[in-house]
Amino acid sequence: MKLRTVLMGAVASLTMAPAAFAERGSDGQLGLIMWQAPTTMHPYLSGGTKEVIASSLTLEPLAGYDAEGTMYPRLAAELPTLENGGLAEDMMSVTWKLRDDIKWSDGTPFTADDVVFTADYCMDPDGGCSQLAKFEGITSIEAIDPQTVKISFASARPDPFSAFVGSQSPILQKAQFADCTGANAPTCTEQNFNPVGTGPFRVTQFLTNDTITLEANPEYRDPAKPAFATVLVKGGGDAAGAARSVLETGEFDYAWNTQLAPDVIAGMEAAGRGKVTAAFGSLVERIHVNLTDPSSSLPADERSTAAHPHPFLSDPAVRKALSMAIDRELLVEIGYGSAGQPTCNYVPAPEAWASENTECLTQDIEGANAMLDEAGWVKGGDGVREKDGVRLSMLFQTSVNAVRQDFQALIKQWWSEIGVETELKTVDASVFFGSDAGSPDTLQKFYADVQMYADNFDGNNPAPYLGKHTCANAPSPANQWQGEGISRFCDPEYDRMVSELEGILDAGERAEMGRTMNDMLTKDSNAIIPLVYRGTASAHANSLQGVQLNAWDSEIWNVADWSRAAE
Amino acid sequence: MTDTTKDTILTAAAGNAATPAASGPPVVPPTKNRSQWADVWRQFRSHRGAMVALVLLVGIILFVSIGPLLWRIDPTFVDIRARNQGFSLAHPFGTDQLGRDLLARLMAGGQVSIAVGLTAMGIAIVIGSLIGVVAGYFRRLDGPLMRVTELFLALPLLPLLLLMVTLFREPLSQTFGSAFGIFLLIVSAIGATSWMQAARIVRGEVLGLKEREFILAARSIGTPSHKMITRHILPNVLSPIMVAATLGIATAIITESALSFLGLGFPPDFPTWGRLLYDAVDQMVLYPARVIFPGVLISLTVLCVNYIGDGLRDAMDPRIRGR
Amino acid sequence: MLSFTIRRLLLAIPTLLFISLVIFLLLEASPGDPLGDVPLTVPPEVRERMRAALGLGEPWPIRYVLWLKQFFWVEPLHWFDQIFGTGFAADMQRIISFQSRSPVFDVIAQRVPQTLTVVGMSYVVGILIAIPIGILSAYKQYSWFDQIGTFVSMIGFSMPTFFTGVVLIIIFGVNLQWFPSVYDTTLVVRDFDSFLAQMRQMIMPVTVLALYNAAQISRFMRSSMLDNLGQDYVRTARAKGLSEKVVVLKHVLRNSLIPVVTVIALGLPAVFGGAIITEQVFKVNGLGQLLITAIHGNDIPMVLTLTFIFAILIVVFTLIADILYGVLDPRIRYD
Repeated sequence: MKLRTVLMGAVASLTMAPAAFAERGSDGQLGLIMWQAPTTMHPYLSGGTKEVIASSLTLEPLAGYDAEGTMYPRLAAELPTLENGGLAEDMMSVTWKLRDDIKWSDGTPFTADDVVFTADYCMDPDGGCSQLAKFEGITSIEAIDPQTVKISFASARPDPFSAFVGSQSPILQKAQFADCTGANAPTCTEQNFNPVGTGPFRVTQFLTNDTITLEANPEYRDPAKPAFATVLVKGGGDAAGAARSVLETGEFDYAWNTQLAPDVIAGMEAAGRGKVTAAFGSLVERIHVNLTDPSSSLPADERSTAAHPHPFLSDPAVRKALSMAIDRELLVEIGYGSAGQPTCNYVPAPEAWASENTECLTQDIEGANAMLDEAGWVKGGDGVREKDGVRLSMLFQTSVNAVRQDFQALIKQWWSEIGVETELKTVDASVFFGSDAGSPDTLQKFYADVQMYADNFDGNNPAPYLGKHTCANAPSPANQWQGEGISRFCDPEYDRMVSELEGILDAGERAEMGRTMNDMLTKDSNAIIPLVYRGTASAHANSLQGVQLNAWDSEIWNVADWSRAAE
Repeated sequence: MTDTTKDTILTAAAGNAATPAASGPPVVPPTKNRSQWADVWRQFRSHRGAMVALVLLVGIILFVSIGPLLWRIDPTFVDIRARNQGFSLAHPFGTDQLGRDLLARLMAGGQVSIAVGLTAMGIAIVIGSLIGVVAGYFRRLDGPLMRVTELFLALPLLPLLLLMVTLFREPLSQTFGSAFGIFLLIVSAIGATSWMQAARIVRGEVLGLKEREFILAARSIGTPSHKMITRHILPNVLSPIMVAATLGIATAIITESALSFLGLGFPPDFPTWGRLLYDAVDQMVLYPARVIFPGVLISLTVLCVNYIGDGLRDAMDPRIRGR
Repeated sequence: MLSFTIRRLLLAIPTLLFISLVIFLLLEASPGDPLGDVPLTVPPEVRERMRAALGLGEPWPIRYVLWLKQFFWVEPLHWFDQIFGTGFAADMQRIISFQSRSPVFDVIAQRVPQTLTVVGMSYVVGILIAIPIGILSAYKQYSWFDQIGTFVSMIGFSMPTFFTGVVLIIIFGVNLQWFPSVYDTTLVVRDFDSFLAQMRQMIMPVTVLALYNAAQISRFMRSSMLDNLGQDYVRTARAKGLSEKVVVLKHVLRNSLIPVVTVIALGLPAVFGGAIITEQVFKVNGLGQLLITAIHGNDIPMVLTLTFIFAILIVVFTLIADILYGVLDPRIRYD
C-alpha cells in the first residue's frame, strides 16, 4: 500500500509540474513562420510590419499596447500621468520613470542614456529613420537621472505618447549603436541584424529574408520566462503554405498574416491541429472615389488634380448610389470570414472615436437606382446610365490580391445593376503602394476613377490619420504626388477642423470632433466608401498557450508568456 | 532529316537521277510544290497520333470559339447565391467561389490562352529562327547578333515587363481598344522575351549544317543566299524549331498567367486557363475540379500541338515518307 | 580555337559593361519604389528622408559609376582582405542592399549553397534522366516507351511548378507526412541522420524541377537523334559492320548533341538564377527567392548585382557552348 501511495504522489506531481514549476527554456523550440520574411531586426531602418514583429522578440519600448489597445508599461516603471507628475500640466513635456531592474542581454544595465541615445539616433538628419514622425515636435530629451527621462515638446501635445510607445519605436542599446548614427546607420550590418535587447529572446543567427534563430535571453527580467528555449523564425513561401505548415502538418507553431478565403481556412482547421484567430485594430478596407478627372486626354500635370473636377463622380448622388449598391456583409463572408466586420466608418476604433454610422450596412440597389433616376442619370440602350453625354463608365483599380480581385468582381456586378459600367484593373503591390512619382500606377497618382486598398493608423490616436484629407494634402505635381488626401477631398470646413483638432486637449472633445470628421468623409460626402473593418489573422497551433493577438502593437507582444501545453 | 530539294540537288550533283525520293527537277516549283504538300498531307494522315491530336485540337478550338455561342452564360457574371456549386444542369462544370459558371469561364479562358499561346510562340519562333539562321549563316553578323541575344538573356524579365506595361498599356489600349491592346502587349512582351533559346539552338545547328556537303554543293553552283536559307537551311533545322515551338506554347500559356497575377495582364475578372489554374490552387483540396479542368485543357493542348508537330516532322521527311 | 577564345573573352568585357548599363537603366526606368513596403502610416516627408539615406538623391550616372567601382574594385579588394588579412578595403563602402542594409555579396554567399544543392541537383538529375530517355525514345520511335515518355514529359512541361509543387506538398507533406513541406535552410549535414533529413527535404523540390528540366532536354535530344538516325552516314556505319551500340552511342549521339548542348548551356546559368516559383513553394529561399523579393522591393543594388553575375555566367556558358560545338563537329570553325 505504501508503495502505491508514493507512486500516486509521484504521478500527481508529474502532471502538476508544467504549471507549477514553469521555468525558462523548458518548452523547447517555438516555430514562427512569416511568409513575408523579415529583412532586418531593426525597425528604425525598415518600418515594415514584418520587421517590427521580428524585432519585438528582442527589442522593447518603454510602454506598449495590450490587446485592447490600452497602454501598459514595459521598460517604464509606471505610465506617466498628471497624478504621478509624469505629465506636465501644460502638456508640454512628459517624464518617464524607468524600471531599475532591467539588463540588456549582454548583462549591462539599461539606463536613461539608452533612451536619450535612441531619440538622437532616430532624429539624426542623415539617418533616414522610418519612425521619425513619432519624434516630431520634440525639442529636447534629457536624462535627469539614470532612471528618469524627460521629453519636452515645442507645443502642447494632446497625445504625448508617440515616441518609445509601441513596438515601432523600441529602445536601442547606446553601447552597441554608438558608432552607427547618421550616415553610418546602414553600414552597421552586424548591429542591425543582432541588436542587443531587453526582450525575452536574443538573436543567435540572422539570415536576411530567410531564417532567424533566437535563444532565451539569460538576462530577462522574469527568471521563469520565456518558456521556450529557442525560437526559429522562418520566412518565404505564401500565406497558404504558411497556414498549412501550422494547421495541417504541424511543422510550425505560429503563422503570421494568414489572410486566406474563409472556406480554405475552414478546410485546413478541420485537421484539428490549430486555428486562425483575428485581432481588430484600425485597418479598414475602403474604396476611394476620385473627385478629380483622371482622363488621359488631360495634360500629365493636370490629370487627377483639383484643376478638373470629375465629370460624374463630383455628383454626390452618384457617389452615394455607389455606396448603397454594395452588400458589405457578403463581402466579409466571402473575403474575410471572422477576420472582418462590415463597416461604414473611416475610423473604426478606438470606441470613443467610432461614429454611430450604420446606414450603409444594408444594401439598397432599388434605392440607389431611384436616386440616380432622380439625379437625371438615365439608362441607355446598353443599360449604362448617362446624362448630357457623360456615361457612368469607370475604371476601378486595386493591388494584386486574391481577395481584392473577388471584391472587384462582386462590386462590378452590383454597380452594373445600378447602371454603372466598370472596367477592372490590378497593379502589382510594389508599384501600387510605392510612391514612385514617375509611375502612372501608384495609389497617389490615382489615374483611375475609384480604387480600393486598406489603411490604418499607428497607436490609438487617429488625429494624424484624419488629418490626411486636407485640400493642400491632395497629391499633385506641386507636392511631387506625395500627398495623402487620396480622394482629392477638399472642404474648407474640414481643413479648419483638422487644425482645430490639434489644439484640443480634452479626450472627449477630441473624439467627438473626430466622429464628425469621419462622417464628413464617409456618409456625408461618400468621398471614401468604407467596406470592411479588417482584423489581422494569424494561425497558431492548439498546443501553443498564451497567444493573444494584438492589432495595436506587434502581434506577438506577449511572446514572453507563451508556452507549450502539456500533451 | 533532309528534304526533297536537298536530295534533288545531291542526286543532280552526283549525276544520278534514279533516286525515288527525287520526284522532280527543282526548276518547276508550282506543280512540284502542290504535289509535295499533297504528299506531306498523305503521310501526315497515316500518322495515327498526329491525326488524333489534330482532331482533338480542332475540337478544343471549336469548344472555345463556338462554345460560347451555344453556352450563353457571361463568364464574368457573378451569381453569388450559386457559389461553390458542384456539377448540375445549370452549371455542368460547377461554379467558382463567386458563383461564376466554370464552363463559360473555361471557354472564354481558352480563347485567350490559345490565342496568346499560339501568337506569342509564333513571334518567338519567327524572331528566334530568323536571328539564329542569319547569325549561323553569315559569319559577319554572328558576333553582333549573339551579343544581342546574350543581352536579352541577361535582362531581368520582371522589371522589363513592368516597364513595357507602364509605357505601352495606355497608348495601346487607346489605339486598339482595351482588350486587344492588352493582348498585343502581352503577346509581344512574351514573344520578345522568349526567342533567345530558339535563336541559340538554330544557330548551333546552322553552324554545323553550312559545312555539310550538300550545302557546299549548292553554294558551288551559285545558289543565292536567300534561296540557300529558305530551301536548304531552314528545312533542315525544322525539327528543333518544332520542339522549341511546342515547348514555347506551354511556356507562353503559363507566362500569361504569371503576368496576370502580377497585375500586368488582362483585367482581373477576365479568365484565362493559366489564371483559372493559379486562382484555384489554394482551393485544390476543397474543389479539385477547379484545378483539374484548366490543367487538363492546358496539357491537352500542348500534347496535341506536340503530336501534330511530330506528325508534320515525319511527313516532311522524304526518307520516312512512303515507308 | 585558342585565339577565338581569347578574342571572345576580350570582346566580353565591353559586352558585359554595356549589359550592366542596360540593366541599370532598365531598373531605373521601370516603375517601383524601394519604400513600397513601408506602411502608409509613415508620412511622405519621412519617406523622402529615407530615400535620401538610400543614396537615391544622387543622379543616375553617379550611382551607376559608383556601382561599377564597388563591383569591380571594392568587392575584389574586400575578398583579398578576407583571404590575406590585409586592410585595403577597410574604409570603402561595399555594395549595400536597400532592403536589408547588408552587403549584397554576403547575402548572395548565404544563398548559393541551398540553390546549388536544390536547383543544381535537380538539373543534374534532369540531364541524367533526359539523355537516356531521349536516346531510347528516338531509337524506338513510336514504341510504348516513346509514347509514355512523350506523354509524361509534355505533361511535366505544361504543368506549372506552382501547381505540381503544391500537389506534391498536399500528397506527401500533408496526407502521408513523408516529407517536410518547409525547407530548413539552417540544416547542416554532420552525420547520417542530418544527411537523411537533408535528403527528405530535398526530394520534393528536386523532383518538381527535375521533371520540368528533363521534359525539355529529352524532347530536344529525341528530335535531334531522330534527325541523325535517318542520315546516310548511319547506314554507312551499319554497312561497315559496326555494332548497333557503337553506331547509336558514338556516331549518332555525338552528332545529335549540338542542340542539347545549347539547351544545357542556357540552362546552367539559370541554375544560378535559382527557381523562383519552386523556391517559393517549398520555402527554399535560394537565389531565386532573393531575386524576386529584391525585384518586388525595388532593391536596385541587389537586382543589378544578381543579374550582372547572371549575365557573366551567360556570356561564359555561351562561349563554352560555342567551343563544344567545334569539339562535337570539327567542321564548325569560327576564324
